[in-house]
Amino acid sequence: MRRAVIAFTAFLGGLVILLTSSATAWAEGEGLRGTLQSQGQPVQGVKITVVTEADAPIGEAKSDAEGKWEIPVPKAATYKVTLDQATLPAGVALKFKDRTSLTLQVFEGSKRNVLFPLVPAGAAQGGADQGGAASSADESTFWDEFAQLAFEGLNLGLVIALGAMGISLIFGTTGLTNFAHGELLTVGAFIAYVFNTTFGLHLLLAAPLAVIVAGIFGYGQERFFWGPLRRRKSGLIAMMIISIGVAIFLRYLLLFLFGGENVPYRQYVAQDGFQIGPISTTPKSLVAMGIEILVLILVGSALLFTRLGKATRAVSDNPALAASSGINVDRIVRIVWTMGAAVAGLAGVLLGTTQILNYQMGQQVLLLMFAGVTLGGLGTAFGALVGSLVVGVFVQVSTLWIPPELKTVGALAVLIIVLLLRPQGILGRRERIG
Amino acid sequence: MDWNLIFTRAIEAGIGTEAVIYALAAIGLNIHFGYTGLLNFGQAGFLAVGAYGLATMIATFGMPFWVGIATGLLGAVVFALLLGIPTLRLRADYLAIVTIAAAEIVRLVVRSVALRDTFGGTDGLEAFSDDFYAMNPYSPGEYGIGPIGFDHRTMWVLTVGWVLVALACVLVYLVMNSPWGRVLKAIREDEDAVRSLGKNVFAYKMQALVFGGVVGALGGFLFALSRAATQPDLFSTEITFFAYTVLILGGAARVLGPVVGAAIFWLLLILVKTGMEEAVNNHVITFINVNQVGSINYMLVGVGLILLLIYRPQGIFGDKREIALDAR
Repeated sequence: MRRAVIAFTAFLGGLVILLTSSATAWAEGEGLRGTLQSQGQPVQGVKITVVTEADAPIGEAKSDAEGKWEIPVPKAATYKVTLDQATLPAGVALKFKDRTSLTLQVFEGSKRNVLFPLVPAGAAQGGADQGGAASSADESTFWDEFAQLAFEGLNLGLVIALGAMGISLIFGTTGLTNFAHGELLTVGAFIAYVFNTTFGLHLLLAAPLAVIVAGIFGYGQERFFWGPLRRRKSGLIAMMIISIGVAIFLRYLLLFLFGGENVPYRQYVAQDGFQIGPISTTPKSLVAMGIEILVLILVGSALLFTRLGKATRAVSDNPALAASSGINVDRIVRIVWTMGAAVAGLAGVLLGTTQILNYQMGQQVLLLMFAGVTLGGLGTAFGALVGSLVVGVFVQVSTLWIPPELKTVGALAVLIIVLLLRPQGILGRRERIG
Repeated sequence: MDWNLIFTRAIEAGIGTEAVIYALAAIGLNIHFGYTGLLNFGQAGFLAVGAYGLATMIATFGMPFWVGIATGLLGAVVFALLLGIPTLRLRADYLAIVTIAAAEIVRLVVRSVALRDTFGGTDGLEAFSDDFYAMNPYSPGEYGIGPIGFDHRTMWVLTVGWVLVALACVLVYLVMNSPWGRVLKAIREDEDAVRSLGKNVFAYKMQALVFGGVVGALGGFLFALSRAATQPDLFSTEITFFAYTVLILGGAARVLGPVVGAAIFWLLLILVKTGMEEAVNNHVITFINVNQVGSINYMLVGVGLILLLIYRPQGIFGDKREIALDAR
């Protein structure tokens, strides 16, 4: 036990040293800042001006290639922030046309984020020229929007599925509900970030390396941490709470190393979108989805057709029986952890490329992964896949009817309702879970 | 290094508002987790319901203070019922996932733009604590012994808070030594055995969930009143997890466990934090800056939680046999 702890600590230490090499500087002083994006793409060259309450000018800035702008202010006070609509590129408009300037309070020692929601021109609300649209046009825009959201939902659902499969398999083989699984995504994304920015490798090279390191990290966790804990006969509830400790530790380690900002990879930050029928997307999203589908098919067929996969499913069904029929349960569990962490790391990199990269990204999708897993049935890998896709599509499509910021609420509410009606999930077997 | 400052701050934190709030949150969790074995990961939701019930009634609807308190308590009861109906028949891990989801639902709803007029969006609500501070018997000024002291407003919050903690502890002591409390502990040990004795396990669990939730809501009141403001992101899942750390540190299934746990947790947290900040400011530690101290501090909380559960799951006061829980 002691040796194991020391070895794992050494591994963690190595990881820390690897990651520390790119600790970012922390921002000091008050300011206003924001990121201008339209449909996930940065919007460059937009002029933002800041004045005091008494209209005394403070400064102005233009959004850079990542859509970011920042204006320092002299002290904590209330400021008026104005976006110059004339500098918006063609095809992009403010979502609320009457809200070009915002009056905001800046607190001491903090930089206040300013949000100007941007949408493709024509989708803006509050414009004067929107009366009299024919009802048939309304209907077609509804279905266009539906298609777009369903596509985005599929995109989200595939990422969730990658993480959820790991959660589900780890639960199936060890009984552990791993609350630190979201952090496996984040760790994977940030290892790729280090390879990408510190060592200057192209993302196409950094990503596979990160997946390998994430896999080693998963193996290490099982070999030197969870495995010994199981051998000490720690209770499952104790391990569940321990996993929360692990999650808190990893999350704040990443905050410590990289700061709380959103950071971009060096490649594939901005891409020109294109249209496929009613759906507008970017090449990177399509590639990411392709990779996700490929990996899911690979993992799925490995589970179905290889000896190892069959052994995994046997352990998942009944570890004691599997062990008595000659399957090395510990080895299977280690493989599950390694693969689970590697796949989660891949999900993190893809999430970081297409959507967001910060220390909380994994935590933010953790509950959606749990929703997917529960919906599909805890412990069943394919249930997790189906459940995650349903959750992803549901989350995005529900924004047709409910405000976007409440979309997660819808998914979580559905999770609770499903547990009421069919607690074993869509693909789960009916057994005692109460 | 100003050791005086470091120790003063640490002791103030150990008896200060945070310690009181977390003591109440953890007493509630103790009823859920320690005595009944319910793995409630949504305690933050109960605090949020309490705080927002109070703040919304007063700040948005202009009701009197006591109506706000009643709404918060009633809200906690309703939240417990809503949470309990689908989940209490489920296994521990499902219960954990659903409760954490429910707490997040509460947070996301009160921070939504759509309900901004009622709950104030991400900025939260203010201007609901005047009635509370109008009842303050302390005249303006500083109160304290030696370097340790609080202003009159904090003194009032602390007085109310520690009285509530004491009352909650007495109540928990009485209740857990009653036949009702023994049934709860029996449910924790073996639910099926209790069911076979003809007890309605579901009803007992529900009562425990309501009881612990209401105590959590008291913590929510104090959280809101002590800051004279309430923001949705104060009620993130981390409150729940820190409350678990507090509970396990002090010792689950012990009446005073959460209280001692909260005091020690905050004392240590602020001791380490202030100590590190001082060390950085005086260039004793040079490889980090002052903003990173916070994240190191929380990393230590994570490590502490892990080590506690591995090496001393019963905490300071607990009995190891009483918390030999397993997922059923």
